[in-house]
Amino acid sequence: MHPQRKQRLQIIVFVLIAVAIAAGLLLYALRENINLFYPPADIAAGKVAVGQQIRAGGMVREGSVERSEQNLQVRFVVTDYAADLVVNYDGILPDMFAENAGVVVAGKLTENGEFEASEVLAKHDENYMPPEVAEALEQSGGSSEAEY
Amino acid sequence: MQRLKLFLPLLIFALLAALLFGRLGEDPEYLPSALIDKAMPEFALPELYEPTRIVTRDDLLGEPGLLNVWASWCFACRVEHPFLTKIAREYGVPLYGLNYKNETDEAQNWLQEFGNPYRLHIVDRSGRLGIDLGVAGAPETFVFDHLGRIRHRHIGIVDEKVWAETLEPLLQQLRSEQ
Amino acid sequence: MIPEYSHFSLVLALCLSVLLAVLPLYGALRGDRQLMLTARSLATGQFVFALVSFIGLTWSFAVDDFSVITVAQNSNSLLPMHFKLSAVWGNHEGSILLWILIHASWTLAVAMFSRQLPVDILARVLSIMGMIGVGFILFSLLTSNPFERLFPNVPQDGNDLNPLLQDIGLIIHPPLLYIGYVGFSVAFAFAIAALSTGQLDSAWARWTRPWTNVAWSFLTLGIALGSWWAYYELGWGGWWFWDPVENASFMPWLAGTALIHSLAVTEKRGVFKGWTVLLAITTFSLSLLGTFLVRSGVLTSVHAFASDPERGFFILMFLCAVIGGSLTLYALRVPTVKSQVRFSYLSREFLLLLNNVVLVVAMLTVLLGTLFPLLMDALGQGRYSVGPPYFNTLFVPLMALLFALMGLGPRARWKSSTKQQLFKPLLSAAVACTVVALLSPFMLPGEYHLAVALGILLSAWITVTAFMHLHTAIYSKSESRLKLQRIRASHIGMLLGHVGLAITALGVVLTSHYSSEQDLRMQLGDSVTTGVNGQYTISYVNDGEERVDNYLAQYVLFELSKDGKVLNTLRPEKRRYLAQQNVMTEAAIDAGLSRDVYVALGEKLDADAWAVRVHYKAFVRLIWLGALLMGAGGIVAVLDKRYRRVRSARSAMSPTFDGTAQSAG
Repeated sequence: MHPQRKQRLQIIVFVLIAVAIAAGLLLYALRENINLFYPPADIAAGKVAVGQQIRAGGMVREGSVERSEQNLQVRFVVTDYAADLVVNYDGILPDMFAENAGVVVAGKLTENGEFEASEVLAKHDENYMPPEVAEALEQSGGSSEAEY
Repeated sequence: MQRLKLFLPLLIFALLAALLFGRLGEDPEYLPSALIDKAMPEFALPELYEPTRIVTRDDLLGEPGLLNVWASWCFACRVEHPFLTKIAREYGVPLYGLNYKNETDEAQNWLQEFGNPYRLHIVDRSGRLGIDLGVAGAPETFVFDHLGRIRHRHIGIVDEKVWAETLEPLLQQLRSEQ
Repeated sequence: MIPEYSHFSLVLALCLSVLLAVLPLYGALRGDRQLMLTARSLATGQFVFALVSFIGLTWSFAVDDFSVITVAQNSNSLLPMHFKLSAVWGNHEGSILLWILIHASWTLAVAMFSRQLPVDILARVLSIMGMIGVGFILFSLLTSNPFERLFPNVPQDGNDLNPLLQDIGLIIHPPLLYIGYVGFSVAFAFAIAALSTGQLDSAWARWTRPWTNVAWSFLTLGIALGSWWAYYELGWGGWWFWDPVENASFMPWLAGTALIHSLAVTEKRGVFKGWTVLLAITTFSLSLLGTFLVRSGVLTSVHAFASDPERGFFILMFLCAVIGGSLTLYALRVPTVKSQVRFSYLSREFLLLLNNVVLVVAMLTVLLGTLFPLLMDALGQGRYSVGPPYFNTLFVPLMALLFALMGLGPRARWKSSTKQQLFKPLLSAAVACTVVALLSPFMLPGEYHLAVALGILLSAWITVTAFMHLHTAIYSKSESRLKLQRIRASHIGMLLGHVGLAITALGVVLTSHYSSEQDLRMQLGDSVTTGVNGQYTISYVNDGEERVDNYLAQYVLFELSKDGKVLNTLRPEKRRYLAQQNVMTEAAIDAGLSRDVYVALGEKLDADAWAVRVHYKAFVRLIWLGALLMGAGGIVAVLDKRYRRVRSARSAMSPTFDGTAQSAG
């Protein structure tokens, strides 16, 4: 083979190997580190396995926020008006967190059907609702009348 | 053959552009109402100026009209207000207000300052009716028919363009259905 | 009337940029020297009118003209003056106007400082800059007019500037970032001009290099400042969140870093021409893509303070025209003739090629991570989010590989080096670095982390080899001594760039292993210890409320002490901004080179207790210090004699103005 050709070929092989390794790592990283959004109704319907990393969201039910007297443990109910999800969180809630406001929680479902949040995100202002939350509420919109 | 592979970056970009373009069509903020062509949800909420009076869905029936979701904290509401005033006063469109998550006195001060073209104000302090309607924020405007069915939802400011292209033709049609 | 004049001035700037896009290019195609020479005055005119327009908007903000919608929405009479002025670009419309002004400034700078260029090349470059200007000014006028009025209901007061943006960091962060983004349009314009004439050569690379370096430096500083701002202003104590908007600025940085290295090879050796052109196009395309992602509302994030599908549509069309057009031109015009220059695996060319591959792969992983949620949503697979672990998993090995190569690159010779030349002097350096790296975690408090040793090893490796490179460059063999007069600005620039990166990397590694964070409930009299060995004590000594300008602050006073000695009083605040009743967290930081102690308030739990977040951030300042050095390096390299010498040589010979006849033929 012409030496220059050979060099080119070697470069190409090298690049291909590098790309393959990168792609492998990439798929691995993606599979491990992405999480899907579920509304409380889907969680109640058993679509989520215990321990799986997910995000969930809805409105914080009025009057449901309970704080511990000693530490930062807090417990509240996230609802899409079709189903409720009890969320436990140990940490500082964001500035915009409030009852009757949209919220997204990231974490996992525990054995007892409650949600262990590692992160709580609240909407940034009155005009903004996380799109996932809006959609979740939208989908359960029909059944919300059942509450009356 | 040599040339063809040089088109690869262009091809990658084309795929990327297609993805972004498709995504743009369905803007994440756009939420078609689940309530389209369904009856407006039941409610019983106070009126802004007569807190003892309870407004219900029946108060809005009889004639097609607009239900405008607004609040004094909502800046965009201030922007659309002159135009809403115009269509209510000059064209006689039945305009109802849904005062959304607002303090009563702040809402009254706001109307004092900018004028009140609304026939009635439903006070939704908790945002409960807003949730039933699927309101994502203010301003939003719903078009309902004489039977109280929601026929259209507009998110954002109502201006000349929205009025001429969507709301007015729809109201015309609803009146003819009456 | 000021807003109307400013608006009109922007329309005039548009007209001039249309002329700039057309006349000089037409002149270059026809070989008409007069038309080509119009470029310089048109560029000046475009700049002047863009400036007038920008000053007009600034004036409206300064005098609280709330009849202008942009002012009413983003300012408030209670806002202090410096924030009124920075509010000009704290919103979508104003930031696009700033973008236009910066673009016009770059265009003017190219027109002024490129007198040594052949006139036809300069005409093409400025025409391409003009086309980009047309796109952005049209975008402003058609979809985001900053001068729109709000009649007849002029509000009594404005809506206020988002409190997150009421900060010194945000006064300077966007301009720096935009100077960087827009600066890559120069490299882009040079690349397109070279493609269109077919003159992709060393001279082209040499003209492009200083501009690219400056743009890259500003982007580096802009990103670093953004990271610093997020650190102290968002109240979470993180310095990088892999937020889509951060990624949008990081992608052009990675591509731009690859570009400045690839330009070096093209200038010195005349190889990788096609690749360098592609990188120049990619870098600017990513800058535009960043704008699109932020401005279109396709992604929602903390930073996306304006989003509108109509604007998104415009930018996407613009993106398609610019990127699609340039990539088509690339595919049709890039020379396929292989250069005759040969190089071996141990040459600097090859090592720089590897550097480019790693940087581009890194850029692609960021791109994929950012767009993955969009892709899955488009395919109907549900709403995903890609978290920081994804990026960290991929970045750590990629950067480790890059850093290992960084030590070899500058040591290798062009064309080929023997193993003897390359590895022998490095062997002792490698051994020394390894020993130091393995031992130094013992000096640091806390347990031994192998990752820390590895981080120190790579940082030390980069630093030592960078200095060795300088030593080789200035060592005179004939006199066997160092000759300081041999030091060139480009040596210092490279040294600063590499050592800066080493310092940033060291900061990242140390801060992620020796920092600690606790969230806890505190009230008067409580104290908590922090630091690696708990050597710092923070005690709650007082609290209160205070009204300042446009907000009401609730604060807590903490005393920071070490070994019983009081070091500082920290005052974190919870601010309620009066205009919109927004609540903001203002962290209090005791800063130092080796550590920050960071205290932020959470919510008030009851009458006398607060949720408090206490961070101990080891060596976090190194991250930004390194970035500062990198930015300085890019600028210093531009001062190299080489670029000035070319200028004087060219203007002395003055064949530049005859270039027209050739290209027309």
